[in-house]
Amino acid sequence: MDIFLQQLANGLTIGSMFALVALGYTMVYGVMRLINFAHGDMVAASAFVGLTIYTHVTGQATSLAAVVAIFLLSAVVMAVLGVVLERVAYRPLREAPRLSAVVSALGASLVIQNGIMLIWGPRMRIFPELVPQVYWDFGGVVISLIQVIILVLSLVLMIALYLFVEKTRIGAAIRASSIDQDAARLMGINVNSIIALIFIIGSSLGAVGGLFIGLYYRGITFNMGWQYGLYAFVAAIIGGIGNIPGAMLGGMLLGLFNAFIAGYVSSTWADAFTFILLIVILIIRPTGILGERVAEKV
Amino acid sequence: MSNDVLFEIKDLEVSYGAIAAIKGISLKVHKGEIVAILGANGAGKTTTMRTISQLLKAKAGSIRFKEHELTNLPAHKIVKLGISHSPEGRRVFGILTVEENLTLGAFSQSKLDRKTLAWVYDLFPRLQERRKQLAGTLSGGEQQMLAIGRALMSNPEMVLLDEPSLGIAPILVKAIFKQIKEIAKSGVTVLLVEQNAKAALKLADRGYVLDVGKIALSGTSAELLASEKVQEAYLGKKN
Repeated sequence: MDIFLQQLANGLTIGSMFALVALGYTMVYGVMRLINFAHGDMVAASAFVGLTIYTHVTGQATSLAAVVAIFLLSAVVMAVLGVVLERVAYRPLREAPRLSAVVSALGASLVIQNGIMLIWGPRMRIFPELVPQVYWDFGGVVISLIQVIILVLSLVLMIALYLFVEKTRIGAAIRASSIDQDAARLMGINVNSIIALIFIIGSSLGAVGGLFIGLYYRGITFNMGWQYGLYAFVAAIIGGIGNIPGAMLGGMLLGLFNAFIAGYVSSTWADAFTFILLIVILIIRPTGILGERVAEKV
Repeated sequence: MSNDVLFEIKDLEVSYGAIAAIKGISLKVHKGEIVAILGANGAGKTTTMRTISQLLKAKAGSIRFKEHELTNLPAHKIVKLGISHSPEGRRVFGILTVEENLTLGAFSQSKLDRKTLAWVYDLFPRLQERRKQLAGTLSGGEQQMLAIGRALMSNPEMVLLDEPSLGIAPILVKAIFKQIKEIAKSGVTVLLVEQNAKAALKLADRGYVLDVGKIALSGTSAELLASEKVQEAYLGKKN
């Protein structure tokens, strides 16, 4: 029982990080039908950007205000980079065959990954201890302050995003653009602005995810975006790519699954089982758990 | 008549890559008119409509609406000027509700005009009954009503209706055409594209017949209905 509760807590923590990153994949796919393979590397970059802001901007302070500033600044930097990425790597290929954009995405991924290596070096860097090491022991189940922060902040961000997309005018424009771009234009929606907005939201949520990865795992490497990006991508597909609640659900499920495999089977097998899970879900439900069910009418 | 021209196309040419779809057409629409563009499949009707809305870009020629030249504008700015477009195939947002679709129709407005919404529900009571239903679950005719209603939500001066009768039960076609007349009566100018020439000419004041990218014939509806050429080609009468 102890293992179960412990892995439940760990699973929810990593699940919320997967979910935050998965939202970036799923939102871009929803509007552009494009897998932004560079997203994982953007997430990695954000951890390094956060590190640099900590050392050079906020003066290695760990006060609450300094930590909030690191999160906000990193999110802004990554949002700007996200918009640049879309302009440079994807917009020129908007009318090109879809495969060209996929190749461009892979290229952008390599450019960002190597960019991180050039700027911050190829060796593992240690992410600063921004949150005090506070632990609570509930009869053998240990939960850290970092875990609580990650879970709560992720949930808040996800609920805020959900409400924004479902309840606001701009949210409706995002949904319309993801269904039919030409019809959205006829409504007066500037689809280019919506796409830029999607990259702003996705990249800043990814930035928070990247900082969480740094806080939780401490060691950050230039190529870690590949691993976390892949997990988040799988989470998005499990939930039903293009579907926002699906990405949240997929992330949480994947985190829990991973934690339980690590707890009950073996942590070295967690990756293998993750992909077995993906294959099984895709066989049962090719569109993912919450994937679009309404058939396209011609 | 000529000084109340609301909308004018001059020498418009549109191509898809190397293939010319519209080979220099000119037409005028006066304020308050219902004008029909007729023609067979592939004549260029929908291409013309999509070019007016700037979803397609003209290769040459001009499209003027009041004092605005449309050809250099991005598509999303057109509706704000007062032209809205109910596209071919309806293109309703299937996984959104009827009401969400109508609200999106008013996206170009600073806020949703309740009076317009009430008017649309008045024109098509079926939409009000189904306002919480997903648009994709409506019948073809109801989706057409929704597409037209959505186009009206921006309070347009001119509405483009592309094949409102396409694939719809005849009884609903009649109902929809009756409401198009109502829409025109309320002061909205209507530019209509139809394959169903007879029904369209009964409704319209004037018409243009498009044939492989050129205007083959134009005139008042009465003239066109009486013309042998139209009768032969579009109304299925021989000799």
